[in-house]
Amino acid sequence: MSQQSNWPLWEVFVRSSRGLSHVHAGSLHAPDQQMALRNARDLYTRRNEGVSLWVVKSTDIISSDPDEKDSFFESPQGKDYRHATYYKASEGVKHL
Amino acid sequence: MKHEELDEALDSFGDALASATRVTPGNALRPEDIAVDGIAPSEEVARYALTLGDDALILAQRLSHWISRAPELEEDVALGNIALDVLGHARSLLTYAGLAWDKTEDDLAYWREEEEFTSLWIVEQPNGHFGVTIIRQLIVSIFQHLLYQKLATSQDKTLAAIAAKAVKEVDYHRDHAIQWTIRLGLGTEESAEKMRHALDILWPYVDEMFRDEAVHQKLESIAVLPSTLRDAWNEEISAVLAEAGLEIPATGQAMAYGRRGEHSEHLGYLLAEMQVLARKHPGASW
Repeated sequence: MSQQSNWPLWEVFVRSSRGLSHVHAGSLHAPDQQMALRNARDLYTRRNEGVSLWVVKSTDIISSDPDEKDSFFESPQGKDYRHATYYKASEGVKHL
Repeated sequence: MKHEELDEALDSFGDALASATRVTPGNALRPEDIAVDGIAPSEEVARYALTLGDDALILAQRLSHWISRAPELEEDVALGNIALDVLGHARSLLTYAGLAWDKTEDDLAYWREEEEFTSLWIVEQPNGHFGVTIIRQLIVSIFQHLLYQKLATSQDKTLAAIAAKAVKEVDYHRDHAIQWTIRLGLGTEESAEKMRHALDILWPYVDEMFRDEAVHQKLESIAVLPSTLRDAWNEEISAVLAEAGLEIPATGQAMAYGRRGEHSEHLGYLLAEMQVLARKHPGASW
């Protein structure tokens, strides 16, 4: 375990039970897809955490740029009408 | 036994990698349940359970030596998990056997001498390089998978229950060994050469696994006759080796009689290390 791993990095997603979506659990190194899935099983489901696993090569994930946070996420600010709580129920509607 | 110790070591790796959620484990058959609720087996059944328990115990001891020594962190945890599974089988089988003699799993693991161990020679062979351990796993896990599949239908209910749990776990061990055998067999010239070397040094211990012994007699429909597993094992391992570009070596067979308490030179050292702490501090717990 001393030398740096030459294996590519994979991101692991675990679905904890039926009806819930897969949640990012962490990452690991593996030489290929099949071994990545097995390593994910060994590393992330040791305590009955999951019923389903996804692994994705880290380099295949496209992420947003933290430096562009403002231009990406500023727009919804101040647009309260996009939330249901912005609206008041009309007096005439009794069973909402 | 050091089940908990091993688990803690693995947990520290797991925590470093931030495990997702914690859910309590299912209520599978545990050694503690067998110790409390188990019905003592007959002398013959106990002797048979001891052979399988000894195989598992010695293999677990060998595999756990890889902890912190595997080529990658991920593989470290994989081998550690397998060691823990196998140790679990050993605990159940030794606990069950011990009921016949009023002994605990620890009595049997720590206080027997080399000639009292009935394990196969294949499991006591040294870990060697990673390829040797993988080939040993391939040979043993395919064998155990076939064995536990049959044992799960044994008329002895406790043995059947232990086997029913073990077969699912061994199925994964088998898959792990197959995946690595194929990758290393088809990897580089060096990895293929190391796999051929591993096959050469381990193949002499294959015949012993399938030899029917006195311990299997009088246990019709309870014990699995090892000889009945040979054809299926041959077929399966041949297919894996063919896919990996490897061949069954033309080696002779060792005069191995582990089931009768005769062992290779390696078991004594393994037992010395495994038993020293328990013998130095009798009755101590942690």
